[in-house]
Amino acid sequence: MKNLHRGKQSVLFDEKPAILAHSAVGGKREGAGPLRRYFDYTSDDTKFGQKSWEKAESRLQELALEKARSKAGLRNSDFDVLFAGDLLNQCISSSFAVRETRIPFLGLYGACSTMAESLTLAASAVNAGYARRAAALTSSHFASAERQYRYPLGYGGQRTPTAQWTVTGAGCCLVGRADAAPWVQAATIGRIVDLGIRDANNMGAAMAPAAYDTLRAHFDDLSLAPEDYDLIVTGDLGELGKEIVLDAFRRDGVGIGGVYNDCGTMIFDLQKQDVHAGGSGCGCGASVLCGYLLTQLETGKLRNLLFCATGALMSPVSTWQGESIPAICHAVAIQAKGR
Amino acid sequence: MTALEYAKAFLVGGLLCAIGQILLDKTKLTPARILVAYVVAGVILGGTGVYQHLVDWGGAGATVPLTGFGFNLAKGVREAVDEQGLLGVMTGGLRASAGGIAAAVFFGALAALLFQPKDKS
Repeated sequence: MKNLHRGKQSVLFDEKPAILAHSAVGGKREGAGPLRRYFDYTSDDTKFGQKSWEKAESRLQELALEKARSKAGLRNSDFDVLFAGDLLNQCISSSFAVRETRIPFLGLYGACSTMAESLTLAASAVNAGYARRAAALTSSHFASAERQYRYPLGYGGQRTPTAQWTVTGAGCCLVGRADAAPWVQAATIGRIVDLGIRDANNMGAAMAPAAYDTLRAHFDDLSLAPEDYDLIVTGDLGELGKEIVLDAFRRDGVGIGGVYNDCGTMIFDLQKQDVHAGGSGCGCGASVLCGYLLTQLETGKLRNLLFCATGALMSPVSTWQGESIPAICHAVAIQAKGR
Repeated sequence: MTALEYAKAFLVGGLLCAIGQILLDKTKLTPARILVAYVVAGVILGGTGVYQHLVDWGGAGATVPLTGFGFNLAKGVREAVDEQGLLGVMTGGLRASAGGIAAAVFFGALAALLFQPKDKS
């Protein structure tokens, strides 16, 4: 059996699992942001025609899957497995969204790291031959996430300056064998990092050390340096978390600033859109990857991308009980076609 | 009702709200904790007689914010103890604030019936 594991935490994909199609769906605020033209669909109705915020979030995932499928000209029955997850209790957005599809389903919980987690698993399944085609899917919704983690909107609670704005959005990647598409080259599976941050309104600071940990591991395991990538993005650290990652690399004497950005600061105009420290949520990294970033890879504006989705793995109960926030980050390296 | 009374009420009420905003922005206290702290502070300041001065000077500016609710609880207990003895410790607070609590429940239910929460975007 061939060994594709590298270093401590990384894997290589030698069969070139390709991203056959991808789609991003967003809400009103995302549709007014700087990346608006890269969304496949945005709606001014943030309930997406549904009765509840939770149903709206499921609808986001349904739409993302439908749009990606129709771009690739594939049917539900063409998929051997679907990996999906979200932020709500028991991952209901995902299981309700895929219940009509009849695609074999593996539910995930990785909080906001779910896009990288699901894409890693989809690429692994395709690379190993366990699936001919696999789908990776995730979502978040501002209003359902507020109810899940903080207060229902009807409570009218105030937001603190370090708080981030949960993106209403979903992203979907369809992975299979093909030559003419960006392909997933390698992945680094994150470890839990917990430096004792307890403030659920300051998740960027809680997750930044995990992003640093995974990036270091990625570079060490695969003998790479930041310069080997045109762009390295973290999922949803926001302004504050982004600064912490830059600081950590500066202390190491590693220059990452030129190629590093964070999806949470890209998806909104932080000055004009009143989102405080930036965007967050599974849908943040997912919609930026599946909208803007993969399009850049397809059009040749990017050659090598390292997508590092970060997740804060606390629950409302652990927050009430005063626990700190365990964080994680998974990294996926994606390369443009033709190399 | 004079303009001066309005100004005083605005100053006292505004000051209490400004303290709440500073607590939200500068500390890690959750809104619910600040809310409870305000009520408890009102009870303590009301029980020790300090809050009465604020009410005398600022009127509704002191009675309407959450500290005013705590003040009302303390005042109710004191009056009930005077009338009925020690049992008033248990009954006085809620009796004095019954109007406020019933109004909060009623108008809360009314608002929930009439309006749907929106996501501010």
